[in-house]
Amino acid sequence: MNTVTDPHVIGAEDPLVVAGRAYRSRLLVGTGKYRDFAQTRAAIDASGAEIVTVAIRRTNIGQNPNEPSLLDHLPPSEFTLLPNTAGCYNTEDAIRTLKLARELLDGHKLVKLEVLGDPHTLFPNVRETIRAAEILVKDGFDVMVYTSDDPIVARELEAIGCVAIMPLASLIGSGMGILNPWNLQLIIDQAKVPVLVDAGVGTASDAVIAMELGCAGVLMNTAIALAKDPVLMAGAMKKAVEAGREAFRAGRMPRKFYAGSPSSPTTGLIG
Amino acid sequence: MFAIVLNGSPHRCDSTVTVADLVRELALQGKRVAVERNGEIVPKGRHGQTQVAPGDKIEIVAAVGGG
Repeated sequence: MNTVTDPHVIGAEDPLVVAGRAYRSRLLVGTGKYRDFAQTRAAIDASGAEIVTVAIRRTNIGQNPNEPSLLDHLPPSEFTLLPNTAGCYNTEDAIRTLKLARELLDGHKLVKLEVLGDPHTLFPNVRETIRAAEILVKDGFDVMVYTSDDPIVARELEAIGCVAIMPLASLIGSGMGILNPWNLQLIIDQAKVPVLVDAGVGTASDAVIAMELGCAGVLMNTAIALAKDPVLMAGAMKKAVEAGREAFRAGRMPRKFYAGSPSSPTTGLIG
Repeated sequence: MFAIVLNGSPHRCDSTVTVADLVRELALQGKRVAVERNGEIVPKGRHGQTQVAPGDKIEIVAAVGGG
């Protein structure tokens, strides 16, 4: 079992624990598709996220050397950066990308693995994802893995040693919400590592539903970045994740098909 | 002068050049970048002693916005 080692959050109520480190926020956010770095930073601050994903790409040779960079606005001293393998379609590219990320971030081990299978749907290639996860875990990476919402695949990825299972709710960037809560429930019920919905959230109610199901957290990018007001939406998502988590912990009332029990006294009625 | 492939494009190098020289030439010194030479990571601490050779495939990457 993971132990909490971060002194800042020891004692914090109900932390998210990933790879032995505790976080107050259960909302993880991406950094793509924003208008500029200032908006990126403002939205992330409003979201309260502590873990933020970044992509690894070739530097633009010949560009203005004084051009600001993402990490000037999101310094690793303030955030847990989660390098991802977005855009990788095979194991080799994913591993290469994350080795570069580890070098870039001074030995940083926590990564998001995603190996895509199709450029139109961005559905994960599960076979390549499993292969890559095996190699990365053996190499010492702490792997948070994006995958389809298949409970058997989730179980295999956990057995390999991934530190978090991150099934899609619907397609990346689609904003279609949670299309198969039943599969997510199966994955959550069996997992001993955190399960986070990654991809498909469109608006705040989607995040609430994910958290009410018992997800440990939600990772999103487009739902915030492509909102008309990304900073306002980031705040809404923060509240949604918190509300959903509290409702999950509180335990919802049983569903009834017929209204059996009024909320007000049945005696002392006037007339 | 000799030719290498830098981030997928042809690039000319002076006769003796290290990875550190190349990073400096590109005005990337002090920036958060990672370098790969012919598929192998060149750790920051070895940039100064790693020679770039004709035909090398060099990748220099940075963190950018992504989901």
